[in-house]
Amino acid sequence: MTGEKKMVLTRGLFKENPVFILMLGLCPTLGVSTQVINGLGMGAAVIFVLLFSNIFVSLLKNIIPNSVRIPSYIVIIAAFVTIVEMVMHAFLPSIYKALGIFLPLIVVNCIILGRAEAFANKNTIGDSILDALGMGVGFTLAVTLIALIREVFGSGTITLMPIGSFSGVIHIPLLYTYPVRIFSLAAGALLLMGYLKAFFSWYSSRKGGTQS
Amino acid sequence: MTYAAIFITYIFISNFILTQFLGLCPFIGVSKNSESAIGMGMAVTFVMGIASIITYLVYHFLLVPLNLTYLQTLSFILVIASLVQFVEMIIQKNSPALYQALGIFLPLITTNCAVLGIAVMNITEGYNLMESFSAGVAAGIGFTLVLVLMSNIRERMELHPVRKAFKGVPIAFISGGLMALAFMAFDKSLLTNLLG
Repeated sequence: MTGEKKMVLTRGLFKENPVFILMLGLCPTLGVSTQVINGLGMGAAVIFVLLFSNIFVSLLKNIIPNSVRIPSYIVIIAAFVTIVEMVMHAFLPSIYKALGIFLPLIVVNCIILGRAEAFANKNTIGDSILDALGMGVGFTLAVTLIALIREVFGSGTITLMPIGSFSGVIHIPLLYTYPVRIFSLAAGALLLMGYLKAFFSWYSSRKGGTQS
Repeated sequence: MTYAAIFITYIFISNFILTQFLGLCPFIGVSKNSESAIGMGMAVTFVMGIASIITYLVYHFLLVPLNLTYLQTLSFILVIASLVQFVEMIIQKNSPALYQALGIFLPLITTNCAVLGIAVMNITEGYNLMESFSAGVAAGIGFTLVLVLMSNIRERMELHPVRKAFKGVPIAFISGGLMALAFMAFDKSLLTNLLG
């Protein structure tokens, strides 16, 4: 893998993380980050939609007339969102219920339309796939991080998939008895996002300072 | 639910921005000065009201009879996108003054999750036509209220020393969080106290 390709893949993870740096897709990030499993489910749904919409936009970039490109992208994205909705409804009904309104709202998630407009319609399919994976995983990391902090402090649990005898819920001893309730409330999500964003801008400015 | 209850619910109790996290992008992006906040709020309220009616009609008179309810997301976003375009054209033609005020905000509304959000919510809550319209307008008013409050806070904050890392977006989020704490005072008991 050449350096440039590697850059396309990895920049979504940290350097251009869609949530913390580009500030895209904030509504689902805060809306579904009440439990870790919801964050992972949302991340998986976004990766799927982002991957296929990037592939199709990249394939059709020479066919779609420039003047109607945004509506065309929205239709492509909406088609894949519908697929995700139906698959989740059929196979993961509990996550489908937990994500609720935020699942159809992937259509208007600015990350996906943003990548179609800013990257996929100018680049080859290979690069678009790498870009979609990088951005999608970056989004998943961000949502899961916020969900982890909110769930651990807000209710003292970590909810994952139930596998075999494991119920899927990890209890954290002290925090489970005395949770910091504000983290699981709407206000806590906004406050946490503010502090995380401040941390990331402090971190990137410090890093930029040492490089130059 | 009575109409008064719908209005109180969507403006205060389950405010779109502060409790449901819908429309956070304009909340952060357009709240730098109060004039554009008012413009954006009015444009969103207007589009949400009309979109509620049209998506209701599309769902109940097109998708349900044809058994195509799984196309809900696809058809709603198309309806909203064309509606926004249509509204933009009408305003431009008939009221240049209003277009001056709202024009630049209209294209942004298509990708505002609040509009698609209220359309989907009206269906899941099972509202009838008038209830959907009221919910749309009420949610828009709630959105405008918080956006304008936020823009005033941010205008004042310009004059205060804020640490470099917190400047701009982070402090906006933290103020939003504190506002959400204040809005927690509005809960279901407000409805029972006011309307019995």
